[in-house]
Amino acid sequence: MLQKKPEKLIGKDDIRIDGRKLNELRPAKIEVGILGNADGSAYIEQGKNKILAAVYGPKEVHPRHLALPDRAVLRCRYHMAPFSVDERKSPAPSRREIELSKVIREALEPSIFVEYYPRTSIDIFIEVLQADGGTRCAGITTASLALADAGIPMRDLVVACAAGKVEGRLVLDLMDAEDKVGEADLPLALMPNLNAVTLLQMDGSLTIEEFEKVINLAVEGCKQLYTLQKEALKSKYVTVKEAVKEVVEE
Amino acid sequence: MTPPPIVVRVKQKRIAELLSSGKRLDGRGLTDYRGIQVEVGVIERAEGSARVRLGKTEVMAGIKIETGEPFSDVPNEGVLTVNAELVPLASPTFEPGPPDENSIELARIVDRGVRESKAIELEKLCIEPGKKVFVVFVDVYVLNHDGNLIDASGIAALAALLNTKMFKYEIEEGEIKIKPGYTSLPIRNYPIAVTFAKINDKLIADPWLEEEQVMDARLTMTLDKDGKICAIQKGGYGYFTTQQIVEAAKIAREKTEELRKIVVKG
Amino acid sequence: MPLFYERRQLVTPGDLLAEDDYVAGDNTYRDDGKIYASRVGLVDYEAKKVHVVALKAFYIPSVEDTVIGKVVEVTTGGWIVDINAPYFAMLRASDVTDRPFKPETSDLPSIFDVGDLIIAKVAAYDRTRDPLLTVREPGLGKIMRGQLVEITPTKIPRVIGRQGSMVSMIKRETGCQITIGQNGLILVSGKTPEDERLAVMALHKIEEESHTSGLTDRVTEMLRKKKEGVEHT
Repeated sequence: MLQKKPEKLIGKDDIRIDGRKLNELRPAKIEVGILGNADGSAYIEQGKNKILAAVYGPKEVHPRHLALPDRAVLRCRYHMAPFSVDERKSPAPSRREIELSKVIREALEPSIFVEYYPRTSIDIFIEVLQADGGTRCAGITTASLALADAGIPMRDLVVACAAGKVEGRLVLDLMDAEDKVGEADLPLALMPNLNAVTLLQMDGSLTIEEFEKVINLAVEGCKQLYTLQKEALKSKYVTVKEAVKEVVEE
Repeated sequence: MTPPPIVVRVKQKRIAELLSSGKRLDGRGLTDYRGIQVEVGVIERAEGSARVRLGKTEVMAGIKIETGEPFSDVPNEGVLTVNAELVPLASPTFEPGPPDENSIELARIVDRGVRESKAIELEKLCIEPGKKVFVVFVDVYVLNHDGNLIDASGIAALAALLNTKMFKYEIEEGEIKIKPGYTSLPIRNYPIAVTFAKINDKLIADPWLEEEQVMDARLTMTLDKDGKICAIQKGGYGYFTTQQIVEAAKIAREKTEELRKIVVKG
Repeated sequence: MPLFYERRQLVTPGDLLAEDDYVAGDNTYRDDGKIYASRVGLVDYEAKKVHVVALKAFYIPSVEDTVIGKVVEVTTGGWIVDINAPYFAMLRASDVTDRPFKPETSDLPSIFDVGDLIIAKVAAYDRTRDPLLTVREPGLGKIMRGQLVEITPTKIPRVIGRQGSMVSMIKRETGCQITIGQNGLILVSGKTPEDERLAVMALHKIEEESHTSGLTDRVTEMLRKKKEGVEHT
């Protein structure tokens, strides 16, 4: 079912169609450890995005010949549910999903100590249940939490966010409507403590000067989201600690 | 997913050592490209074609033009579709079969370069709005893999598009009437990709196969004729700092101008 | 020598814990003179070492560990055992039978069959091959009865308690036999299903609240209240 396209995306006062300022992230809610079977899992709702990530591993690789002698093999599947977008998407993996599975894997791999687990595989699954732009970034942020939740040792969490240019203004965290008509979209993933950019893509048109500003905007957004990410990871344990304190004080 | 080939450790060390003194195993400077040769019109049956040699990497691109339906959100525009094939004879690591993630990524990077720079005037390829348009098929065919398939493929695609000739036509009542003579594809921009590899914290442009096998990560930037960036893709298991990324963009601006002169004559 | 956290503070991967000449202990790593956490957990500093007690981690075999495993395959030379680790473990037939081992006349499934639970010890393990088990010591072998509880392996020390205080208390209060596998699997065997259920509840409570203090007392109280039939909130 097709939805009606909005006229103008950003008002004269630089307020966007969903009420945000140019450099504002969509509000996000993150939960960790919500799936029973997976070794690690996490879920994010960011704007209209609803994305689930799960991790299995490290475990023995099947088929055996795919195993690497000196490190774990990382496998990643980014997939969109047929009902996640306006026009129903076929469940078969599209070329876009295949490319995104690759770049997401390459965004997460630098954070994992794969050399600790030779001959094993670590499988990452990202399911986009509802999409509204920036799903690869939200997927990376969630998958990184799922990896930490699985107890896999990591150098840092990986957090991701997109920035770009819409109707002449530089903006943070584009929604789908903004991405479709905007002049540029730049998804970026970061390991904040190491200042390491692990995912960088761009499509559109930017001068080099604009490009520098957009990158900095994306990095800023990442750092804000990182705080939420860490809180979500800790909150499971913090809530228990608080509950226990209450009981003791009774 | 094929596991990466094992690289001899001694060679890894050699490449890294040389780099710390600003040199590469084949004597090039850090941002020097290998010799490039571009031949166009090599496949007469295709509407356009080109064969590019970048060092020993060899890529061919063929253009076919057919008619088809436009996309529903842009009913007045022709359709561009890019496909890439890592032909098994090009490398011991290429297996026959449906396109894998590497060939899909390659195709999509080349596609982004052409599409985001609006290189082809797709609005001029409409036959009947909403019903019939011209479809431009760009097929990238990798014949020998000796590193940096992305840049070579981008050049091949652009050269083939510039070489493309289609029959002259008139639209009468939604039907194509062929007229004598040929016309070129309407092209208004010339995207060029520059790919960097990061090895031991040094950035080098146009990595050849052995440098690719030891690199931490790669970064491709595609710029248009005005020096604006139209596509970026980071690849590989490593990472870049923001400073390295900005530095790469500045080097890319210079390099793409040089490379464009080879492809676009006059 | 800067330290960035207080003892027993919750840290996440990538958090900077210390700089300069500290030693990187468990669940931390060193990069360019700085020490960072590599897992979620409670940071602790002692003398010149910083480590993190991970709140969740999977089991990595260590020689001499007692483990509880499930037989998943019978091969010509022995058994493949799932010990809840990234690698399956092997138990050789020669470890079990003293007579010279002849594949044609041996009936391995009669000793251990697929689906059997065993208690074993890790005899050998290195990076290049799967862990090797042994059942040659007294107390090891097939498990005949009881309930299996699975908790995250990093919490096993908490289940044992200082000098065994926690597990002894649970045994006393519930009258159950409790066998602890270092790989996070615990066998509970009691006189009645109710007794076993109490012990299982205690174990789950320990897992959930392992990072808090005063746990032994709270678990003891919970068990006593439950036995009296009083609802505990």
